[in-house]
Amino acid sequence: MRHVFLDHQSSTPVRPEVFDAMKPFFTEAFGNPSSLHQYGLRVRDALKQARQQMAALIKADSEEEIFFTSDGTESANLAIKGVAYANERKGKHLVVSATEHPSVMNSVEFLEKQGWTCTRVGVDREGIINLEELAAAITPQTVLVAVHHVNHDIGSIQPMREVGKICAEQGVPLYVDCEASAGWLPIDVKEFGAALVSFSPHRFYGPKGVGVLYRNKRARIVSMMHGGVQEGGRRAGTENVPAIVGGGLAAEISVTELPQRMAHTAQLQARLWAGLKAKVSYIKLNGPEPGPKRISTNLNLSTEFIEGEGQLLLCDLNGIAVASGSSCVSKSLKVSHVLSAIGLDHALAQGNIIMTLGMMNTEEDVDYTVETFAKIATKLRGMSPMWDEFERGLIDSVIAPTGRGKSFSQHAAEVSGKPAHA
Amino acid sequence: MSETYTLYNPTVMEHFMNPRNMGDLKDADGVGEVGAAACGDIMKISLKIKDGKIEDARFKTFGCGSAIASSSMATELIKGRTIAEAMDFTNQEVVDALGGLPPVKIHCSVLAEEALKAALEDYVKRHPEAVEAHSKGEPVAA
Repeated sequence: MRHVFLDHQSSTPVRPEVFDAMKPFFTEAFGNPSSLHQYGLRVRDALKQARQQMAALIKADSEEEIFFTSDGTESANLAIKGVAYANERKGKHLVVSATEHPSVMNSVEFLEKQGWTCTRVGVDREGIINLEELAAAITPQTVLVAVHHVNHDIGSIQPMREVGKICAEQGVPLYVDCEASAGWLPIDVKEFGAALVSFSPHRFYGPKGVGVLYRNKRARIVSMMHGGVQEGGRRAGTENVPAIVGGGLAAEISVTELPQRMAHTAQLQARLWAGLKAKVSYIKLNGPEPGPKRISTNLNLSTEFIEGEGQLLLCDLNGIAVASGSSCVSKSLKVSHVLSAIGLDHALAQGNIIMTLGMMNTEEDVDYTVETFAKIATKLRGMSPMWDEFERGLIDSVIAPTGRGKSFSQHAAEVSGKPAHA
Repeated sequence: MSETYTLYNPTVMEHFMNPRNMGDLKDADGVGEVGAAACGDIMKISLKIKDGKIEDARFKTFGCGSAIASSSMATELIKGRTIAEAMDFTNQEVVDALGGLPPVKIHCSVLAEEALKAALEDYVKRHPEAVEAHSKGEPVAA
């Protein structure tokens, strides 16, 4: 059976040369970077080099603006809570886009329980932030604006330059979560006007266990982790040296490989979407069409009348690894808040699958996926009462309405006694 | 990857991959379609009832792997039961027969119970006389 990994948004394999670069730091170069002897100083130099490599990936001026954390989630927590607590006396208001990652959304929710207020700025049907709404949301009490570069679910690329301009005009620091874009799209912290940027190397062929937070002098932060004076006092705790070294090299490779990565995945993305559109009826692409507004690695699909987890399981049984934003896949039984924010009908959110491409994927992988996915859709539709009821004209399609029958949502509400996800 | 890892136990996976009694019944005597407001899944069970016994059962499900497996198992379990026995059917039987479900997926088995009960209610509504004849005076519906 062919194995096709189409979940590069979740993680990527460590490159062999990255793994090789990490190995000595487990064994002979095991020193603690805070130590002042030879063992420590050697490792300290290695961390400095990794900081430079991370800074180069996002075009930061200095490696002194790079802090290492344990992962992207910790970086997001530090950015949001660190800035909020550092500026408590200035104001207790935050502005975020409605489609941020849970590490941002849940950090904000935590702060709301502690007395902060937050404005969530809406997005259009393609998931692009409403700039007028953003500008209007900022008040004299606003201490931070958080807008991610690329959405983790639907791949929408935000107009960072415009967002940065609005923040600069109002004098509010901007935090940009680049978790879904680092290593796959050019990032320029100055062009973005970003005071803070976060990302993690395991998304671009580096190891897990390390996150990066860029912070320039415009943003004051307080530490969330208390202990020794590591990372300039911003993040206590001994650094994960092997992962940082590997992550640094992965960042350096990303800089040189970026044009090939973008070209390779864009070509496969176009082929995959064209193939699925041709072979699977009643399928919809969520987020922008492939092109300048969408990252080249991501396809977020809704296949009507069937549910996402079943699709995911059958893909997996056929060797294809994908993700889903369906409520059945989430542990909370809620559909992805991103799909809700773009106003996707809940019947379509339920049938959601996310495919994310990477360098190891080939045209053969894509063709196999198209062919297999078409069979899976047919199999699941054969089991679905909704497909049968659609064919009999009792319920209608959301993607291509026929004008016959009631809506899926209306039908679902009737048979379950109340609206789903109410 | 040499080994295969599965999200559910082998019984659930088997019923998901090769569901029993999938489809509709022509001239069904009772049909129940229910939805779970919590997750949005929808399940439909059709029954063929003869002489007070469930002769045949079919399902169709819009839902996750455990919802499909639950409806497959529920239709297997209820075949051959009398109406009164079927009215006592609970989701726990489905969970046990499947060798357990993850806690967050227990509601899938509840949906199977509800779909079966809805199908029985539909039958009772359509055939009040048959129910009386075979229930031996005992109340049918709980």
